[in-house]
Amino acid sequence: MTQEIPANAEQQPAISLRGVTKRYGKLQALSDVSFDIRQGEFFGLLGPNGAGKSTLISALAGLIRVNSGHISILGADVEKDYRRARMNLGVVPQEIVMDPFFTVRETLEFQSGYFGLRNNGKWIDELLEQLGLNDKADSNMRKLSGGMKRRVLIAQALVHKPKVLVLDEPTAGVDVELRQSMWRFVRRLHKEGHTIVLTTHYLEEAEELCDRIAIIDKGKLLALETKQDLLARGLGSKLLVRASHSIETIPPQYLDRVTRLAGNEVELTIHRDSDSIMQILDGLRAASISIEYVSVLNDSLEDVFIRMTGEQSGVRA
Amino acid sequence: MNWIATYTLLSKEVTRWRKVWLQTVLAPVVTALLYLLVFGHVLEGRVEVFPGVSYTEFLIPGLLMMAVIQNAFANTSSSMIQSKVMGSIVFILLPPFSALEMFLAFIGAAILRGLAVGVGVFLLAYFYVGVSIENIFVILAFAVLGSYVMAALGLIAGMWAEKFDQIASFQSFLIVPLTFLSGVFYSITSLPPFWYQMSKANPFFYMIDGFRYGFFGQSDQPVLLSLAVMLSASVVLTLGCVLMLKSGYKLRDA
Ligand SMILES: Nc1ncnc2c1ncn2[C@@H]1O[C@H](COP(=O)(O)OP(=O)(O)OP(=O)(O)O)[C@@H](O)[C@H]1O
Ligand SMILES: [Mg+2]
Repeated sequence: MTQEIPANAEQQPAISLRGVTKRYGKLQALSDVSFDIRQGEFFGLLGPNGAGKSTLISALAGLIRVNSGHISILGADVEKDYRRARMNLGVVPQEIVMDPFFTVRETLEFQSGYFGLRNNGKWIDELLEQLGLNDKADSNMRKLSGGMKRRVLIAQALVHKPKVLVLDEPTAGVDVELRQSMWRFVRRLHKEGHTIVLTTHYLEEAEELCDRIAIIDKGKLLALETKQDLLARGLGSKLLVRASHSIETIPPQYLDRVTRLAGNEVELTIHRDSDSIMQILDGLRAASISIEYVSVLNDSLEDVFIRMTGEQSGVRA
Repeated sequence: MNWIATYTLLSKEVTRWRKVWLQTVLAPVVTALLYLLVFGHVLEGRVEVFPGVSYTEFLIPGLLMMAVIQNAFANTSSSMIQSKVMGSIVFILLPPFSALEMFLAFIGAAILRGLAVGVGVFLLAYFYVGVSIENIFVILAFAVLGSYVMAALGLIAGMWAEKFDQIASFQSFLIVPLTFLSGVFYSITSLPPFWYQMSKANPFFYMIDGFRYGFFGQSDQPVLLSLAVMLSASVVLTLGCVLMLKSGYKLRDA
């Protein structure tokens, strides 16, 4: 199978979304979503349940038709040029699905054939090895545990060595050991030049792995930034101050920064770029607070995420 | 056309029924044999449809065709609805299949199952009653066309249905009545005029009538007419299936 590569293939975004809108009846699952994922990125797609992450993935995989907008994979439109788009895309669906008639190896061999590949045995062996499925190769799909079925799904998404790999919550319900070996494998693919797109509800995972992160909620893109920018975004960090006595009064210019005041401790939000911590501390001292201990608490991705999507979730806010 | 992809999907669909051949091939052969034994025994000697042809002999082509087409239908419809319900449909929606490639693979596998059942029934009938063959090419042509048409119909039913029982209704309210009223057990010339005309409007009738011609060299209607009906049905259903697959009707919009 020969693949035509346009002259400017290098500069093409791995995934490009322009004005993508999807409605289910009255529900707006995606509204006017536009952004690019660059080649070679490790990209995180975050958002609460029902945000539209899986809908977005289905749209770019051609599993659903969007109401308006355009999506392309490495420059190939997912509808008009679907062959080239799909040859370059591997998708691990969120739901565990399998064909109960076949063994693991048969499943992978058929999947290779669907992409026009014959004699893909060597790569299949490697996938089985890397995903720890060697001793299950000839087991029927029905007899695998949930985590193993998930590994087969990953292998299936990779049979044709797609340049762009999209994983929709691949670590849900997966044990710690597998999660680590899975990430080792995905990192290796990333190092070898594959573009990786990941959705997850484990924010530490995204924080650890992703270069850039998009946050979507209710079908809208809320933010798309590098992890560093996102972490430093807006409210930034907190300043924890402990006094040698219980704190009674706070200088009025700092009042709206106070997030917590309890006994001899006060917590203030600070803008890392624009604030001078020394100035704030001087201000507190001037109000005759004798400072005993100071600490700067950096926001985790979870804090940022909750702040951005938190209003409606209520649970943790 | 990506032939490797098409062939792979075809062989996956064949493997699917081959792995459970007891249920997909042997069971329908046994059913056809039971019909043959019971009806043949009860009606033998009482009914003569074509001169010089015993009733049991007359029955064989109809039963054979019925088994062939029901299994062709069952194969595409159950494969489609099952992979939709179980979600494994994504494995064929994600690769770069064209509508035509998907169509050919599904239909091909269903025809092969229809023919496998047909060969089974034929062999049993051959040793049990003895079967005369007038024109093997006509027999093959109608077996292939009949299962093609029914496989395409099954594919449409499978794409349209959202639950298994919708397929079952399709089968019991459309396929089975049309098959039974198509002259499997009798010649439609023996019917009152109104029902005779009605039968001629039943496309299934031409399937069985033309098929029967291959065995006896005799039929109710000219064999070329039956062939023309079957070919037209094939063209229409092919277009219908390919357009549905292309639009992603109930497949890419669920
Ligand atoms: N086939 C469908 N029909 C109707 N509504 C749908 C369909 N699929 C998704 N939705 C709705 O679209 C919205 C987005 O769903 P989606 O599955 O994309 O969310 P998600 O971000 O992947 O959530 P999660 O984190 O729970 O997987 C939800 O409100 C969901 O109920
Ligand atoms: Mg989801």
